[in-house]
This record gives sequence, structure tokens and C-alpha cells, in this order.
Amino acid sequence: MNNLARRKLKNAAALTLSLLCAALGLSLLFIILYDVLKNGVSSINWRLFTENPAPPTLKGAGGLKNAFLGQGLLTLAALTIGVPVGVLGGTFLAEYGRHLKISRAVSILSDMAISIPSIVIGAFVYAILVRPWGNFNGWAGAAALAIIIIPIVIRTTEDMMNLVPWTIREAAFALGAPYHKVIFSVVYRAAAGGIFTGILLAVARIAGETAPLLFTSFNSNYFKLSMSDPVPSLTVSIYQYAASPYENWISLAWAAAFVVTCFVLLLNILGRVIIKLRVKG
Amino acid sequence: MLNRLFKTVTLAAAVSLILIISGMAATLWSESLPAFRHFGFFRFIATADWNYAREIYGALRPLAGTVISTLIALAAAVPVSLGTAVFLTELCPYRLRAGIGMAIELLAAIPSIIYGMWGLFVFAPFLEIWFQPLVGASLGRLPLLGFFFQTRYAGGTNLFSAALVLAVMIMPFITSITRDAFLQVPAILKESSYGLGSTKWETIREVIMPYCKTTIAGGVIIAMGRALGETMAVAYVVGNRHGALDSIFSPYNTITSVMANEFNEAAGLQMSAIFALALVLFLANFLVLALAKHILRAKT
Repeated sequence: MNNLARRKLKNAAALTLSLLCAALGLSLLFIILYDVLKNGVSSINWRLFTENPAPPTLKGAGGLKNAFLGQGLLTLAALTIGVPVGVLGGTFLAEYGRHLKISRAVSILSDMAISIPSIVIGAFVYAILVRPWGNFNGWAGAAALAIIIIPIVIRTTEDMMNLVPWTIREAAFALGAPYHKVIFSVVYRAAAGGIFTGILLAVARIAGETAPLLFTSFNSNYFKLSMSDPVPSLTVSIYQYAASPYENWISLAWAAAFVVTCFVLLLNILGRVIIKLRVKG
Repeated sequence: MLNRLFKTVTLAAAVSLILIISGMAATLWSESLPAFRHFGFFRFIATADWNYAREIYGALRPLAGTVISTLIALAAAVPVSLGTAVFLTELCPYRLRAGIGMAIELLAAIPSIIYGMWGLFVFAPFLEIWFQPLVGASLGRLPLLGFFFQTRYAGGTNLFSAALVLAVMIMPFITSITRDAFLQVPAILKESSYGLGSTKWETIREVIMPYCKTTIAGGVIIAMGRALGETMAVAYVVGNRHGALDSIFSPYNTITSVMANEFNEAAGLQMSAIFALALVLFLANFLVLALAKHILRAKT
């Protein structure tokens, strides 16, 4: 009985400890969300979206219109480079090269490339696209983001296409379709939702990337719609404004952080909803 | 004909990844060569100084900052994450499990610059006011080791704050991997344990944990890779000081914070030394991930 009482006590102690851990962890995480929400909502206004940056001493003026546009442009360019390469590469791994050693190697390399520190990617792109060019430029930023996207899209495409049953492909082969036609009209159609979700998550990932842009597209107070010049981005603006000593720049940084957080969370929730719908349907 | 063309295009896309990664390794290597030539590889790693005036650049302090902050972050995050995962799979009321679990996964997706900003404006000042004096008055009184826990610099941006922000950042990731692993344990194993009269804690420790240990180890190592290479969360709060580490509450540097702060103003030997730091980080990260892959592969 004494032994049993001791075991029960130990059980209660361990479970209480786990409860405390959960309370600590969860409250910390919700405090972050709360702080971003509180500071973000109190400093957000229309100027954020409609005005370009103003000198910090000019109270009640200035926004980050340029950074929103620049971020959109960089993301779009990165997707234009990264998505085709990623989807096609994933297609090779799952279809033409599925038994080849090189596919296995690319697949493993992609898994590792997903975790390469993004600041290292930034330094690499600086060496090949910024220094030879002579100045920070949008293409370099887009290239850095594309390098982040490619392995993510390769792996999701491969996984999603592997989920499509072989019998479906064989049915199409039996009708006399060549392999590329089978891929386009059967496999891509079946895997489209999954691949799209992968791309959404990749967009969410690069929406918050700061380090690789710092050395490539850098920042600018204007928006010239020219990819061969420095292109402003939200994250680099947040980085510079938050570290500044000016009250209204800091509050702009909070507002931008709030917008970025909402965007990333919404994309992630959307991705989940799509996966859920597909599983049900 | 079209088929062969498409096959070639997809092959080219797949191979391009190999080219990018090997190009990255080659570029980092050739950019850091001047620093290695000038200092020698091992002297570069073992030199503590980072001195612009005397043109001496060594990796020891940034490397130590990266390693120490990562280890503190893991030491703080792993127990809390395991506890949270136990709570989510065994204790939490059923109705709340899915919701809280999803919230934690979403938090893992929040960009690191947000964590960094929160660390700078909220967490570091909080630690400075509430935590540092507490530690200084207790551990700081220890003979011999006490100096390492005393506050010497004001502001709250220091190595310890950076480590804790990292801990908060990797916690959702470790929690959701651990939770998924716990959920994979076959119910019959748990029921057998209960049937033998085990308490809940005994079941967790003797049945669930051993069943999941490789998955958890793999997840923790992947989280370690993230912490090693994390930039924005660290650059805000680590304090960026090139000097000897005289206390965990002193401003310091990590590989990534040196890169973020000095890259755009560096030239010549300093630039090459920064690339050498990047190369060290790149290689360390690959090693860590290869280890994680190996552990996870051994399981299946």
C-alpha cells in the first residue's frame, strides 16, 4: 500500500509538472500573438498602405506603400522562377526518374536544402548576383527567395504525385496515351490540390523571410517598379524601423509585423482547409 | 518526341537543385579562401579576436555564441515541449485537443522576425527587470562560477535573451513533432500497460517515450539545425558585442548576427571572414541534418 501511494504521488507530481509546462508554453505563445495584435492594431491605419516612407521627424505622415508593392513584386518574381522549376523537378522524381539513384539523391538533398539557413542563401546570391551587378537589385532578391522555394515545391510535388495510385496511370497508358500526356491530363489533375497547397505554404514561408533579402534586394524609400534597382520589402523595413530610435517608425514596424503575421497565418489556415476538403471529398 | 522533350525538361529541373547547392558550396568556399589563406583554417576557428583596426578576424566567439545559445535554447525548449505534448495527448479535454494542437502548429509558421521584434520590445526588457536580478542574487553568489550569472550591461539584449527567444521559437515545432509521435503509439500498447496496473506517468515513461524516442530525437535535432541558422530572432536581441563572454547576461555575437550586422559594410578580408563564417554554418547545418536523417532512417 505504501508503494502504491508513492507511485500515485509520483504520477500526480509528473502530470502536474506537464500541466505547468503546457501552461508556460501555451501562455508564452499566446502572449506573442497578443502583443503583436495589441501593438499592431493600435498603430495600423490607411497611411500604412497609401503613403511612401517619410522622414521620422514628420509626425503623422508616412507609410509603407512602397514595401507592400515591392514585397508583392519580389514574391511574384520568385514564384515565376521557383514554381516551374520545383514542380518539374518534383515530376521527374515521382515519374520519369522514380527508380533512378539520382532522384533519391535530389530528394534527400531537397530535404536538407529546405533547412539551409536563409542568411547563407543571401550571402551566396550576393556573391553571384549583387557584386558582379554593382548594386543591390530586385532580381537577386527574387533569386534568393526562389532558392528557398524550389526544394519545398520539389518535395511536395513529389509526395503529392506519389499519392496518385499507379492503377490510374496504367488505365491511361492502356488507352494509348504517351507518358507526358498521362502526367498532364491524369497525374497533375489528381495532385493539383496538394501541389497548390505546397505552393501556398511556400509563399507563406517567403513572406516572412528577411535575412536573404538583406544582402540582395536590400531596401529603398521609393518604389520604381524596376527589378534592377534595390526593391523595398516589408520584412527588411520592419527590421530597419524596429531597430530605429524613432517612435513613429517603431509603430510602423509593429503595424507591418501585424500585417505579415496575419497574412502568414491566413495562408497556413487556407492550406489546411484545402487539405481537409480534399480528404473529405 | 514531345514525351522525350518533357522528360529532358523535368530532368534539367531536378538537376538544377544539385547545381544550386553545389554552386552554393563552391561559392562560399572560394569567397572564404582569402581568410583561410591569411589566417589558416584552424587558426581562424580558434582565434577569439574580431578586430577591424588590426585586421584580425577569428570565428571562435561567434561560433561559441551560436553553440551556447542553441544549447540553452534546446535545454529550455525540450522539457517544456515534451510536457506540452504529454498534456495535449494525455491530459487535455478531448474537445480542446484539436484546437490547441492546430494553434501550436500555426505558431510554428510565424516568421522569425516577429519573434525577434517581440523579443526586443517585450521579452528582453521583461527578463532584465524580473529574471536577471533573481539569478544574479542566487546563482551569481556562487563561488568561482558566480561571475557568469551577474548582470554587467543594461538593456536586456544579451546571449541569454537570444537563447530564450530561440527557445520560444523552436518550441511549437518540437511540440507538434512530439505530439504526432505520441499519437502514433498503438492504443493496444498503452492499454496493456494500464492493464498491468501502471499509472499514467509510468505508461508515459515506460511505454510511450521508448516507443517514440527516435522520432523525438530526430525532431529535436532538426530544431537544433533551425536554432543554429536562425538570424532575425537572434540579431535583434543578442546585443552584438565583440568581446569576451564574461556572463551569460552580457551582449555577445553569433555567426548569424555578425553576418546580419556587418555583411553590408564589409570589404576585403573582413568580407572573406564573414563568408568563412557562413561556410562553417552551412557545413554545420548539413552535418546536423544528415544526423537527423540517419536517426530517422534507422527507425524505418
